[in-house]
Amino acid sequence: MIVEIGHYALVLALALAIVQALVPLYGAIRRDGPLMAVAQPAAVVQFLLVALSFAALTHAYVMSDFSVVNVFENSHSLKPLIYKFSGVWGNHEGSMLLWVLILALFGATVALFSRGMPDDLRALVLAVQSWVSAAFLLFVLLTSNPFARLDPTPLEGRDLNPLLQDPGLAIHPPLLYIGYVGFSITFSFAAAALISGRIDAAWARYIRPWTLGAWIFLTLGIAMGSYWAYYTLGWGGFWFWDPVENASLMPWLAGTALLHSAAVMEKRDALKIWTIFLAILAFSLSLLGTFLVRSGVLTSVHSFASDPQRGVFILGILVFFIGGSLALFAVRASALKPGGIFAPVSREGALVLNNLLLTTSCATVFIGTLYPLALEAVTGEKISVGAPFFNLTFGPLFIPIILAMPFGQMLAWKRGDLLGAAQRLVLAVAIGVAGMVVLEAVRGGPVMPAILAGLALYLIVGSFVEIYGRLRGAKTLSNMISRALGLPRSAWGTALAHAGVGITLFGLAATGWGVERIVTVRPGEPVAVGPYEVVVRELAPRDGSNFKELVAHTEVREAGRVIAQMDPSRRSFTTRTMVRTEAGIVTLGAGGQIYMNIADVRVDGAMDLRLYWKPYVALIWLGCLIMSLGGLLSLSDRRLRIGIAQRASLRPQAAPAE
Amino acid sequence: MIWAVFALLTGAVVLAVLWPLGRARNSAVQTPDITFYHTQIEEIERDRALGLLSDADAEAAKAEAGRRLLRSADAAPVPSQSRFAVRLSAIFALIIIPALSLTLYARLGNPEMQDLPLIAREAERAGNQELMSAIAKIEEHLVANPQDGRGWEIIGPVYMKLGRYDDAARAFKAANQMLGDTAERLVAQGESLVYAAQERVTPEAAELFEKALNLREGHPVAYFYLALAREQMGDKAGALDAFMNLARGTPPDAPWQESVRARIVALGGNLDGLEAVQNAVPDEQQAMIRAMVAQLAGKLEQDGSDAEGWARLIRSYTVLREPDLAKAALAKARAALANNKDGLARLEELAKDLGLKG
Repeated sequence: MIVEIGHYALVLALALAIVQALVPLYGAIRRDGPLMAVAQPAAVVQFLLVALSFAALTHAYVMSDFSVVNVFENSHSLKPLIYKFSGVWGNHEGSMLLWVLILALFGATVALFSRGMPDDLRALVLAVQSWVSAAFLLFVLLTSNPFARLDPTPLEGRDLNPLLQDPGLAIHPPLLYIGYVGFSITFSFAAAALISGRIDAAWARYIRPWTLGAWIFLTLGIAMGSYWAYYTLGWGGFWFWDPVENASLMPWLAGTALLHSAAVMEKRDALKIWTIFLAILAFSLSLLGTFLVRSGVLTSVHSFASDPQRGVFILGILVFFIGGSLALFAVRASALKPGGIFAPVSREGALVLNNLLLTTSCATVFIGTLYPLALEAVTGEKISVGAPFFNLTFGPLFIPIILAMPFGQMLAWKRGDLLGAAQRLVLAVAIGVAGMVVLEAVRGGPVMPAILAGLALYLIVGSFVEIYGRLRGAKTLSNMISRALGLPRSAWGTALAHAGVGITLFGLAATGWGVERIVTVRPGEPVAVGPYEVVVRELAPRDGSNFKELVAHTEVREAGRVIAQMDPSRRSFTTRTMVRTEAGIVTLGAGGQIYMNIADVRVDGAMDLRLYWKPYVALIWLGCLIMSLGGLLSLSDRRLRIGIAQRASLRPQAAPAE
Repeated sequence: MIWAVFALLTGAVVLAVLWPLGRARNSAVQTPDITFYHTQIEEIERDRALGLLSDADAEAAKAEAGRRLLRSADAAPVPSQSRFAVRLSAIFALIIIPALSLTLYARLGNPEMQDLPLIAREAERAGNQELMSAIAKIEEHLVANPQDGRGWEIIGPVYMKLGRYDDAARAFKAANQMLGDTAERLVAQGESLVYAAQERVTPEAAELFEKALNLREGHPVAYFYLALAREQMGDKAGALDAFMNLARGTPPDAPWQESVRARIVALGGNLDGLEAVQNAVPDEQQAMIRAMVAQLAGKLEQDGSDAEGWARLIRSYTVLREPDLAKAALAKARAALANNKDGLARLEELAKDLGLKG
């Protein structure tokens, strides 16, 4: 009965979403209070219904109820409990249900935490959000129903794809989806602004926490996905310019641009139309990502079962929302009052430059991802656009962004002093250049890693120069600390996020200094990798709950001394009869990692190993964490919170002049 | 019971929409934008107090915020409220929510189906458990005695039934190694490889089927998979020919006929054509064949020791679509060959191939 209640709740959520999509919209156009007031309770109840439905499916997974097709196809009674939970979204139907759940969650959050917002704006935002919800609920119910039943019921399930039986599955999709779906709220805000004509600095302030939130989660989701690929796929790669990865990078780039242009709009009441356009773009690219992954246009680990009917349905959703919003944009944008004009050398000028470069780099990724698909569809010719294309196009676009980033922080709003900013950045430039020279001298080899690492050092130092400038005047240490604490958190957030980019860049640069060894050895034979030595002590079988594995107990030595141990293995999963390797990873020094993967074990006990020494590689993900932390700090800045604005204004506030 | 829950849920959802519609609203719609600009002006003042803004800048910023404030105040909406719109919305929600959810659920849902969590299926599981523990015992035995070909031969089909095709292939292979190749076991091994490869006839499986055909000419299952292999390699015409041969050469009620005919249809072949081919044998020729068969039958009546002859006779009756005669001949042959063990075994294999019962 629980399963069917979950199913009914989902159907009911669709009916409610349709009401929520129409009544408040009608109310906002008529400026009718009671009609607009429907939006809030409807959004909250819609979330409760989808949550009930999600809970019912989770219950079926945990109880191993194989009368549900979805559970039968993706679960097994012996599967560890955590994968019974995360397995709920480790398949197409369940992941779409998670998508809808997060959509509804965002709707409910807006409904609950928007007391400071004008009624008509809130009603419109929730109505538009509900259009999106209704479309996806219909998609789930008609093409991807997770509640389809199976009679007679098999006794055992087919188990989850072993590649997905990993803690990564519990973290990566929810983070990424919160990011993707978070942009649905900014999209709803943009559509609401176009419908109501209400587009001003206040609007930019309402949208900013949502953009920031979505951006934080998308950053974490992408980083997590990349780390998961790194430790699972077995050859130490972490980014493949795979269309599915690009599909997540594009909204990230558009979202980063949106974040910055919304700041200009909030502070200077300018760039309004552009900001609206970016908000539409960011969500459109999220939808495009969903389409690419879910339609079967691409095949990868992410595209579970593909079904042309689903592809057509999502394409319909895509055309409806992107086309609809762009049409609305075309009709209404001319009626919007453009914002003020400003000098090129100013904070806003720097942010415009940032926007131009980010959107251009987003466009290159777009072309590199879609051109091969379009070509294949038209001419049937298969080409692959890989790392070389992106390194040649994306790379050169990102270098000016990195050079300009500290300048953006240094320039004042309205009119900046480029020369003054440059003078204050001398220290950062000096450290960058010195780093370049020293690293090249120490490491040798090709020049590119050293140049990029120097650039990264410049950015990390440059990110904090502005804050240092604000503190420098302090005479005593305690004065300095109190000043530092008095600085707006968004200033700290900016500095941290920018430094995070620098740290990630340093990690990326350092891949050029890595060492790779592919060897065949027997237990006891040492292999030198970079400055270390790796020895497999013994190869032993071990039983897991739904797999058997062969573990290589391995030691890492430095100058003959054992400094770390790791247990890479090969797992054979019985039900799916698949083998998956577990890489052994040890982090040493400043984020360097020894990475070991057992490619094969021969009958005579010899092992084919892939061994890597990757200096500073962990910095790639550490940098992403720091970026997100910066975003979080910025989000926690009181000025940006919605709903508390009125109350907060009663208390003294830090002075934001970022 | 379940319908009561559905009714309750639906009622709650309808209420959630009707409740705000029913409340008398304070018609003075507040415009928080104005508050926003007030806050902004206060912020500018604070910046100036902290020395972060010069006096001139602060004045300019305040002037701009003030201008925005005026613009926003001008644009503040004039609220309206009409009983008609409220009623229309209420009726819309009242109808659409139950109507849509009930009709859609009636199409998609299975309200009569109970949950079937694993703990509620102890009895079933116990049965399954027995089978599983039996398998575990045989497996243990085979780990200790890997040379026991009979053991492998017994567990092979069990693995097949459980869908553990790789294990089945391994078991049949071991059985063949220990007990020597037989056509049946080679075919079973090949078949499990085909299933393990998502119904593709791999080169390894094809080799096994060839071997089976060498051991026993015309083994229909081996023949079927080799035809399938041709189809999968793109030799559509060759595959169609082979399937047609199989359809014609074996009795119409043999268990594989259905699959064979499905393949023929999928390859664009014509089943009517199949019937037509069989009927197209001219009467004359038919009569001649019948005469020859009758002659053979007469010869065997006198001397029943020729196993080869019996086989030919039974096959002929089948081709002539005389299943009753074929069965009668089979019975006679069994009696006649009672002392010929090899002959009898061949006969039984033939009967199985032709799908003759009894």
